[in-house]
Amino acid sequence: MTKVDPDDTSNPRDEIVTHLPAMRAFALSLTRNGSQADDLVQDAIVKAWKNIESFQVGTNMRAWLFTILRNTFYSDRRKHKREVQDTDGAFAATLSEKPDHDGRLAMADFETAFVQLKPEQREALVLVGASGFSYEEAAETCGVAVGTIKSRVNRARQRLAELMELRDDEALELTDQETLAVVTAGLPVRGTAA
Amino acid sequence: MAHQKSKSSLEEQIEENLRKVYQKTLEEEVPDRFLDLLEQLKEQDEQNDKS
Repeated sequence: MTKVDPDDTSNPRDEIVTHLPAMRAFALSLTRNGSQADDLVQDAIVKAWKNIESFQVGTNMRAWLFTILRNTFYSDRRKHKREVQDTDGAFAATLSEKPDHDGRLAMADFETAFVQLKPEQREALVLVGASGFSYEEAAETCGVAVGTIKSRVNRARQRLAELMELRDDEALELTDQETLAVVTAGLPVRGTAA
Repeated sequence: MAHQKSKSSLEEQIEENLRKVYQKTLEEEVPDRFLDLLEQLKEQDEQNDKS
């Protein structure tokens, strides 16, 4: 689904706006905090704007923007390591509920488990599992080898399963429809977006 | 193999949740602050070009 504007005179900067929803979703998966995610997106937009020359027209702009976004995230994180870790912990604490041992897969359980993954694992999972990037695109975005992405995705899946205490036999008991029902029921009802 | 099958079912559940979390944000309206920011950056560039 690459939309390449054939018009040579068009400014690639004009395309940035079409990637904003994806940038926000990716930023949220990295920070797990809405206001931090939006600050991150803001910084990434400014950097992308100022460094547009480094974007090669005709290549995947989303991957390019995601690269800027994640690089910004990791460099901020190095600067404020303690702060970020505290925030992560606080967020996980507010989400954690009584452990549920019946093997059901509720959205809250998933979120709680997800925030406990390393950011490298979260981004690999999100890029490959949710945003539709190929392993190759994800590897390029993260600046690592394809094999590294594959192993991060696998480890992230294993870790998620452990954290949610999902065993293979339990997983089998859920049909797709049941899963969907449970997952949908677990969705928080959002008010109108602020 | 039964083990293989259960593993893929588990993966499906994880992926399903991932997509739901991701999709939730994707469907949100982009806050004005970002559209304003892009507008500002554009104006700055135009002014720099003139000077």
